[in-house]
Amino acid sequence: MKELLLGNAAVARGAWEAGVCLASSYPGTPSTEITAAIAKYDEIYTEWAPNEKVGMEVAWGACLAGKRSFTGMKHVGLNVAADTLFTISYTGVNAGMVIAVADEPGMHSSQNEQDSRHYARAAKVPMLEPADSAECLEFTKLAYELSEKYDTPIIVRLCTRISHSQSVVKTEEREKRPVKEYVKNPQKYVMMPTFARPRHPIVEKRMSDLRALSEKTELNRIELGGTDLGIITSGTCYQYVKEVFGEKASVLKLGFVHPLPEDLIIDFSKKVKRLVVVEELDPFIEDHCKKLGLDVTGKDMFSLIGELSPNIIAEKFGVLSSKGKTIEEDIPNRPPVMCAGCSHRGLFYVLSKLKAMVHGDIGCYTLGATPPLNSMDTCVCMGASISGLHGFVRAGGKNAVCVIGDSTFAHMGINGLIDIGYNQSDSTVIIADNSITGMTGHQENPTTGFNIRGEKVGKMDIEMMCKACGIERIRTIDPNDLAESERVIKQEMNTPGASVIIAKRPCMLLKSSKPAPALNVDEGKCTGCTMCMKIGCPAISMRDKKASVNHTLCVGCNVCTQLCKFDAFDVKRGLKYGDS
Amino acid sequence: METRNIVIVGVGGQGSLLACNLMGRALMIEGYDAKVSEVHGMSQRGGSVVTYVRYGDKVYSPIVDDGQAELLVSFELLEAARWFNVLAPGGTVVTNTQQINPIPVILGAAKYPENLLGKFEDNGAKVDAIDALALAEKAGSSKTVNIVMMGRLSKYFPFSEETWHKALEQTVPPKFLEMNKKAFKLGASA
Repeated sequence: MKELLLGNAAVARGAWEAGVCLASSYPGTPSTEITAAIAKYDEIYTEWAPNEKVGMEVAWGACLAGKRSFTGMKHVGLNVAADTLFTISYTGVNAGMVIAVADEPGMHSSQNEQDSRHYARAAKVPMLEPADSAECLEFTKLAYELSEKYDTPIIVRLCTRISHSQSVVKTEEREKRPVKEYVKNPQKYVMMPTFARPRHPIVEKRMSDLRALSEKTELNRIELGGTDLGIITSGTCYQYVKEVFGEKASVLKLGFVHPLPEDLIIDFSKKVKRLVVVEELDPFIEDHCKKLGLDVTGKDMFSLIGELSPNIIAEKFGVLSSKGKTIEEDIPNRPPVMCAGCSHRGLFYVLSKLKAMVHGDIGCYTLGATPPLNSMDTCVCMGASISGLHGFVRAGGKNAVCVIGDSTFAHMGINGLIDIGYNQSDSTVIIADNSITGMTGHQENPTTGFNIRGEKVGKMDIEMMCKACGIERIRTIDPNDLAESERVIKQEMNTPGASVIIAKRPCMLLKSSKPAPALNVDEGKCTGCTMCMKIGCPAISMRDKKASVNHTLCVGCNVCTQLCKFDAFDVKRGLKYGDS
Repeated sequence: METRNIVIVGVGGQGSLLACNLMGRALMIEGYDAKVSEVHGMSQRGGSVVTYVRYGDKVYSPIVDDGQAELLVSFELLEAARWFNVLAPGGTVVTNTQQINPIPVILGAAKYPENLLGKFEDNGAKVDAIDALALAEKAGSSKTVNIVMMGRLSKYFPFSEETWHKALEQTVPPKFLEMNKKAFKLGASA
């Protein structure tokens, strides 16, 4: 059957068709929808893991039990899971195991634009790179075969444009696969020096076999066209190159990106007059070509930074035909903002009022760094806020706190808190608990007590977890209560010893959050002092020097009413949510 | 046929993902090769959102580049101006006249530009502007602005009403189907 599927959904479909029985992942843009889509197949046990390392280990455990397994993550998630990856490369698998990794050139929703291909080389595992949804499905299925045949975990590399574009796929039925028996084999699975040493040559032999496969696989193919120009490319860049050149240039399309072929590339180079590599991010293919002694151009033409596009490619080759016109006008930016009624707004207002040094973390609350709140000083990676705060405070840093979300706390924040509880510092850790993984689009997590299918399961109690880490002072606040939040945060910042403040209020976008009636401004009372503008609520703006509330957006959270000294926000005269 | 390029833009929260799913369904029903590109994640939080729709006999790139779109569909006026450069010479701006102030405007750090429709025409574009918010409210909810605009966009395709209805049925929850059908019709006939 032909269907239009998101690249991510096509990977999920491929996993289902390949007979996968278990998937365990942590959400992360642009990879989230793979696992969300897998969860819709009843035959596959699917879970959100607390972090990518756990997800990868769960998948590995499952493949040992003899069932095909899957884990998916964004590029930075692979950093978290890297420890596991480097050694399961040595142990290999029993049933097939596939790791999908979605890179994000352009950083649409990420903190860096690292190139995951280096991981495949460093960890000595094969990597496939599909160029559209059809290949996402087909390559994922093939990846399971290769994983079993070559006894290795295998990476399918995606990028934003592949993950988040829908294209046509041909779907098939699910393969019925027998469970492979688990056979005790400590020499293969217990990686202590005595057993690991003999595994390393096996890994090298495997990579050498895979290199031979890379020479002849259909995933790497020459599309002969005009021979003045030969382009080596892969993934979404292949589509851009075809868009620009069609049959006018010859293309070597690489779907098997690690290990790369050698003879095939040399053979291709001989067929064309000029050889160019078109790839996003690092010169991974180009360096390989240079190592082969080929006269090739790549990053001399194309940037190491951001995404490519058909126009960029056309322009660099001097064949750009038309360019769009720009409106000659200052177009104000439209940066992402915290939603109206967001439970993080009050918290960051208080922190900005206290002029606190704020170690931030990854989530919706990272938007606390933007105007007018401007109340975040750092943001590095999942969990770094807590450990960063501990170091800052231990080195004499003053007036500092950290803010981390519930899901990020469960992901990697706990480790930092163990350090604070163990080595004790005067740190004030704020856990912004909005009862959901927000930024990636509302995924359940260990602190919500529901699983990926919305079923009630175990629940990690944040307060008890903090206690278990050795924290004695634990307070809970409602971040929408500004006076109380300010009082408690101030108190904890001024009290020696470690403390945790749980700022608890569910995300306003949750179905269970019922919006209150929208507010109205009493124009007689409003003096136009703009105090209410300091919280950056998208529902409030100034009209004719008076505050005005957008009734479609306002959910009556009442954070603004607490700032107004003139009692100008009128709850009673407000309209109901959704009215205008 | 040559590949046709459409760009749909709006503000995060206006339902552009649903709109592009609807578009994709309609293109599948009509039997085209199609690619529909979306943006997820951080930019969805009230930020500027862009989606690309391409269809024809064989589609390569999932994105529509500068100067390539025959139709720029915008759920909000300022976003049409921001993405105007994707329009091909002689292309049409199909836009909602609704204005949603971005944070810099709300904070008084920037001004919402005036007379944008005139400026689109001055730059050689055809302009098809409707008050989609008013029509959405007429249909029953301000949240159907996206569907009103898709109804408007449907005028530029030779697809049957049945195709669009089928596509709607495949994308909209049954509970809201009637309201969305009404919104679609209001957009198409405005």
